[in-house]
Amino acid sequence: MAAVAIPTATDLQIGGFNFENCRRNVVLKEKGLKEPTAYKTGTTIVGLIYKDGVVLAADTRATEDTVVADKNCEKIHYISSNIYCCGAGTAADTEMTTQMISSQLELHRLNTDRKPRVCTANRLLKQMLFRYHGYISAALVLGGVDSTGPHLYSVYPHGSTDKLPYVTMGSGSLAAMSVFEDGFKPDMEKQEAMQLARNAIVAGIFNDLGSGSNVDVCVITKDKTEYLRTFDEANLKGQRQGNYRYKRGTTGVLKTQVKKFDYEVVGTKVKGEEKMETA
Amino acid sequence: MATLLMKPDETSSYAPKQTYFSPYSFNGGTVLAIAGDDFSVIASDTRLSEGFSIHSRDVEKTYKLTGTTVLGSCGFHGDVLTLTKMIEARLKTYKQHHQKTMSTSAIAAMLSTMLYYRRFFPFYTYNIVAGLDDEGKGCVFSFDPVGSYEREAYRAGGSASSMLQPLLDNQIGFKNQQGVEKVGLSQEKAVALVKDVFISAAERDIYTGDAIVIQLVTKDGIKSERFQLRRD
Repeated sequence: MAAVAIPTATDLQIGGFNFENCRRNVVLKEKGLKEPTAYKTGTTIVGLIYKDGVVLAADTRATEDTVVADKNCEKIHYISSNIYCCGAGTAADTEMTTQMISSQLELHRLNTDRKPRVCTANRLLKQMLFRYHGYISAALVLGGVDSTGPHLYSVYPHGSTDKLPYVTMGSGSLAAMSVFEDGFKPDMEKQEAMQLARNAIVAGIFNDLGSGSNVDVCVITKDKTEYLRTFDEANLKGQRQGNYRYKRGTTGVLKTQVKKFDYEVVGTKVKGEEKMETA
Repeated sequence: MATLLMKPDETSSYAPKQTYFSPYSFNGGTVLAIAGDDFSVIASDTRLSEGFSIHSRDVEKTYKLTGTTVLGSCGFHGDVLTLTKMIEARLKTYKQHHQKTMSTSAIAAMLSTMLYYRRFFPFYTYNIVAGLDDEGKGCVFSFDPVGSYEREAYRAGGSASSMLQPLLDNQIGFKNQQGVEKVGLSQEKAVALVKDVFISAAERDIYTGDAIVIQLVTKDGIKSERFQLRRD
């Protein structure tokens, strides 16, 4: 009987990040290796509180340096049925951070049997981000409605948060905030609030090169959440005139090789009865 | 376990303070030129940007130099302005000395020397000269920022050049295509192709967009056309 290797306490994965390649990567960098770049969502994201709830909105461009990596990505992330979160920064960080907090909040909901509160999500997020000293590049707009009413937070990568009636984040935040400062009123109607959020995103799309393509909107009220993907197609794609389909055989075949491989017949089975062709 | 010793650096407050200044910036923009049998097309987008901001949506980066020559220039806009001004001055003195306008190939040769003159503090510009040669044929000359140049059939330069050039290689140079008839480009086809590749570049390059200006150079003169692109 072979001995069963019992994992010791140090072998067990206890969660969190793995830093074992850090020292190696520093050495490689000194030797002139270029580090890979992550997708950034040089973004415009906004949120505002209106009469019956919260409106969140985002653009849909993801960039890698000066190249558009994704023309229609989703930046409004699910936290719980009554809480959503817009993310700007490194795409992977916003995605994973919101997923982790969503998971923790779901367990909390099952333990307490209560609808999650926005302040709970906010605290989980800021405590996690603070722990990583800003190295997790996630700038978030967190919004939702709970038993105490509508709430809206902006969460910065270092872990500080603001609780405000209207917020913007990302590289297009200045363009978007100028629209909010011009048009925001407390207790707006739903349509008015959605239009203002849309206008703020459009300002980011056209005036900030890091933002572009379409507008996504999410409206959260006491008893309903509406996720409106492609709420507005701010840019129409140009119509090309030429035809760029190739004729069959345009791609050259340089070499053809047919290779047979040996196989063993393990078993044969006749599947069903085939009817004779009579037509 | 590794320990990290932190010691205040006593010499730092006496060290000379050094500040940096970069004489260059990058203002984006893409230029593209195609030479036909008896014409040439040169186009540029009209967006002027820096970082994540748009400075202008209406700056043409093609410059009419003579009745048969157009220059496309992008990169650092400050250098583009200075360079075009210097070229225009040189063209004027040439005309006064020789009683004739400079040919396209002569302008290309002159531009090369002007760029190499600044070999160790270069103009940060990507240049393409297009026009008609002495025989009336379409010609395109492309340059690097320090003056290396060659005559070509088609060329893209600037921000989205790495996206456009392979497309031109395939569609005009018929590269990587087998068993196709290698037909020359008509004026209409060339202009349509320019529009199409710029539409594609505006989709993926954040520094290309707003509009393009297309200059068609023929023996009858230079015809200018404008075409809208996406503005995000």
